[in-house]
Amino acid sequence: MPEISRDEVAHLANLARIDLSDAELDHLAPQLSVILESVASISGVAGPDVPPTSHALPLVNVFREDVVRPSLTPEEALSGAPAAEEQRFMVPRILGDEQ
Amino acid sequence: MSASTETLVPFDDVLAAYDPALGLEVHVELNTATKMFCGCSTIFGAEPNTQVCPTCLGLPGAMPVVNAKAVESAIRIGLALNCSIAEWCRFARKNYFYPDMPKNFQTSQYDEPIAFDGWMDVEVDGETFRVEIERAHMEEDTGKSTHIGGATGRIHGADYSLVDYNRAGIPLIEIVTKPIVGAGEKAPEVARAYVQQLRDLIVALGVSEARMDQGNLRADVNLSLSPKGSGVLGTRTETKNVNSFRSVERAVRFEMQRHAAILGAGASILQETRHWHEDTGITTSGREKSDAEDYRYFPEPDLVPVAPSREWVEELRATLPENPTQKRARLQAEWGFSDLEMRDTIGAGALGLVEETVAAGCAPQAARKWWLSELARRANDTGVEIAELGVTPAQVAAVQALVEGGSINDKLARQVFDGLLAGEGTPEEIVAARGLAIVSDEGALSAAVDAAIAANPDVAEKIRDGKVAAAGALIGAVMKEMRGQADAGRVRELIIEKLT
Amino acid sequence: MTLIRKSAAELADALAAGETTSVELTQAHLDRIAEVDGAVHAFLHVDAEGALAAAAASDARRAAGTPASYLDGVPIAVKDVLATTGLPTTCGSKILEGWIPPYDATVVAKLKAAGLPILGKTNMDEFAMGSSTEHSAYGPTRNPWDLDRIPGGSGGGSAAALAAFEAPLALGTDTGGSIRQPGAVTGTVGVKPTYGAVSRYGLVAMANSLDQVGPVTRTVLDSALLQELIGGHDPLDSTSIAEPLPSLVDAARQGAGGDLSGVKVGVIRELSGEGYQAGVLERFSESVDLLVAAGAEVVEVSCPNFVHALATYYLIMPCEVSSNLAKFDAMRYGLRVMPAGIDSPSAEEVMRASRDAGFGDEVKRRIILGTYALSSGYYDAYYGTAQRVRTLITRDFAAAFEQVDVLVSPTAPTTAFKLGEKLDDPLAMYLNDLATIPANLAGVPGISLPAGLASDDGLPVGFQILAPVMADDRLYRVGAALEAALESRWAGPLLAQAPALEGAAR
Repeated sequence: MPEISRDEVAHLANLARIDLSDAELDHLAPQLSVILESVASISGVAGPDVPPTSHALPLVNVFREDVVRPSLTPEEALSGAPAAEEQRFMVPRILGDEQ
Repeated sequence: MSASTETLVPFDDVLAAYDPALGLEVHVELNTATKMFCGCSTIFGAEPNTQVCPTCLGLPGAMPVVNAKAVESAIRIGLALNCSIAEWCRFARKNYFYPDMPKNFQTSQYDEPIAFDGWMDVEVDGETFRVEIERAHMEEDTGKSTHIGGATGRIHGADYSLVDYNRAGIPLIEIVTKPIVGAGEKAPEVARAYVQQLRDLIVALGVSEARMDQGNLRADVNLSLSPKGSGVLGTRTETKNVNSFRSVERAVRFEMQRHAAILGAGASILQETRHWHEDTGITTSGREKSDAEDYRYFPEPDLVPVAPSREWVEELRATLPENPTQKRARLQAEWGFSDLEMRDTIGAGALGLVEETVAAGCAPQAARKWWLSELARRANDTGVEIAELGVTPAQVAAVQALVEGGSINDKLARQVFDGLLAGEGTPEEIVAARGLAIVSDEGALSAAVDAAIAANPDVAEKIRDGKVAAAGALIGAVMKEMRGQADAGRVRELIIEKLT
Repeated sequence: MTLIRKSAAELADALAAGETTSVELTQAHLDRIAEVDGAVHAFLHVDAEGALAAAAASDARRAAGTPASYLDGVPIAVKDVLATTGLPTTCGSKILEGWIPPYDATVVAKLKAAGLPILGKTNMDEFAMGSSTEHSAYGPTRNPWDLDRIPGGSGGGSAAALAAFEAPLALGTDTGGSIRQPGAVTGTVGVKPTYGAVSRYGLVAMANSLDQVGPVTRTVLDSALLQELIGGHDPLDSTSIAEPLPSLVDAARQGAGGDLSGVKVGVIRELSGEGYQAGVLERFSESVDLLVAAGAEVVEVSCPNFVHALATYYLIMPCEVSSNLAKFDAMRYGLRVMPAGIDSPSAEEVMRASRDAGFGDEVKRRIILGTYALSSGYYDAYYGTAQRVRTLITRDFAAAFEQVDVLVSPTAPTTAFKLGEKLDDPLAMYLNDLATIPANLAGVPGISLPAGLASDDGLPVGFQILAPVMADDRLYRVGAALEAALESRWAGPLLAQAPALEGAAR
């Protein structure tokens, strides 16, 4: 499995939206490599015939009836907001496309 | 990004050199009472952030539970599109950061869609194109941002944004076609007809309001060109924000012409997202996102797989409306439309409207006449889809009933439509309020006829001499006097009675 | 003083007998917190007012003859990873400093409905990532047995609160051992129930497919009482099990009788020996001997894929972490930090700065690791592979449980280590969870209970019992039997041997 370079850590931090300082990058990159090297030990353990397990119990079809339940009040919804205006969450200017 | 200066190749020249390949991704917002993964209401137009809960607001600790009705609707859509229904499928997380997405991942289906491998036959000018459906999958909508400050109120240049999460978590079904090749010059019309027919199907299924103007139905248009006859797919662009049937057609046409210009100049097409601008009729490049394609999908661990039993699928199949091709043939026979009339009705996107109007008691030809002439013209004048004009099939049937009952004529009916569009009430109320009813008071009519005879002695003389055809001039004078609100047939009878 | 040393069951009986009131014993625990928590730092937030109000309401119910449950009036501490209306819920992270949820976790709602006053929220490693509680953004919790040592993690706060007699009951969460390992190193009892047996709704997820809420107590019976109270199906948690478990309290009472004849116990070969402290192994074998003496048949069982459990865990967990923690973006709640030196920063820049300032090192490590493992091209190699190894580990359990009723091992390879000792050596820290992780990967239930003090350092050792999915009752039966045998040998609970805390009269 590939080793993880300092540049790659910087790219991943960017994907994960974390500003890492140079010092943090220097510190984290070698640690991550060691961890990856260690966990990579399982790469050949399970053959392709072994199905993946995602849950302990194989439940399926857990559904909810289409019945309205009470929502939060707008005050509750906005209670943790760093900033709000006109009963909406106020966020800094958004880069990128209209969605 | 001055796309308006972009050179375009004339449409016929594009076709001489290239074969277009189309792809359509249509998002349908379901009309379930609650959201995809929580019990919040989905009613459109509520006060901001009043239809949110820990789950759809992405609060720490909250968990999703799948809405059974949304799964049912997804399966019915899949079946109506002749898809196979997965025996076992899962939701996945599509990870990317965006402020209107509360969890910073969208819960969607990735490589295990609930429905896949289907088709829909699309008719354009009497010709049938089979559009292959790759998949239909379930996902959730995002919140809505309002951009504040800056010159335009658009995202670029705004100072900050305000987010309302009422829409976040509303169930969406995304329907993706396989590449549509071989449509040639008809590509723009095929794209439009596909979206139109898909809408009709969704409406017939009753799973969505399917209104493009309200964003219930949103289309992304993929297009690529390949050198004529080469059979090699070219690089595609994905045009978003295409929010009317007409725009679908125009966007395809525009992108074909734009691609051809770039390829013709020896350059290559950039694989990118583009935005359709309804006002200017062009597409512009979206911002490049460095991490756009790395969504780090993995199965949603807070949800368990969906495994619809075959019994359930068959139960749902039994609830499907008639297949559209058979239905069109049946309706044409029932209504006695000619091929041309039928084609025009479908082409105008009025099939469903005519059907509903007939169901409300209107004669088929009259229903066709109103929708395809008077109402199509008004829709065209105001630049909206005919279905979104604001006149309902029941109202059209009521207007026609007034005509047939003799209280108004066709000409007066147009004024009734004016009244309907102005929100003046029911057709009956408008006729009364505007004083449009045909005058059936014999005394008033008789007086008007007498006056016309007196004013036109030479014409009266001709009629007395047996030249009954001359009555037209007197009828015109009477109708003018009565401001159109007279039964022309009765006027004619009165004139003949008095002069012979 | 005597009140706070009682078990929850004893307190419930005293309340029922009218020997005390909920206000009296809630106040006694609040006093104890005031006395020792400066040194222990088990709590991030104490809610004296709310707890006393709930206690008064409980006393009123008792007086009216309508207690809401057997444990009505017995106070409890709640790990700060569970959402509590009106009480801060920080998950030990700066990024959630001061966040007060507008809703209750299902387990918290059940506590309230059953009338248990909530004393406060307990300290933890940030977002439950750690084995020492040193990764809390609000400073570490200290082990009441030795204040220079770690109380285990991530739920060090809940375990230390029990060991320091600051609370008679607590809730914890266990993703890779965060209930059981702190239990082991503090001489307390902790249970990770079957995955899905207790609702996760309102538990701020670390790794959704592994997380489970469970009891933190001083006795096996108390854990049974608490699990029965918080367990059961929850329609808000899609992974919640609809079927009821067998009676846990009955199993604990049966086990306390001391007879284990007919019970087959498997000692997991792969979870002992190399890497395990001698003093830990010594206490472990002694307990195994006591099981034999109680009539159990003990055999050695091999679970060959358990050696891969740690690596499997450290692939699955960071992937889920990287996605779960994306929601902490400074837009809707939590810390918002404006980046220095940027006029009118964009939302994206504010997210980056806030996440850098708000997350600690271990959280960042795991987010980046998970982002890497899920990135294009690596999903199959990492997450996919790990999920397949998970199947092998589950199969090992299935094969073992065909031979035996329960499996046993030491809970942790060592006793409590010194604060700071492993803080910047992630791999060494991860090794603490070696023996607890297989249960999370397979979803099976596990308990840790005190097995005595290691002879080499005099610190508590934990004994782990694992049972098949849905057979949580077996943990309680075998656990209660062992507890009875050990306590008769010690002539009282192990915690009676714990040193007195500064300022605390014994």
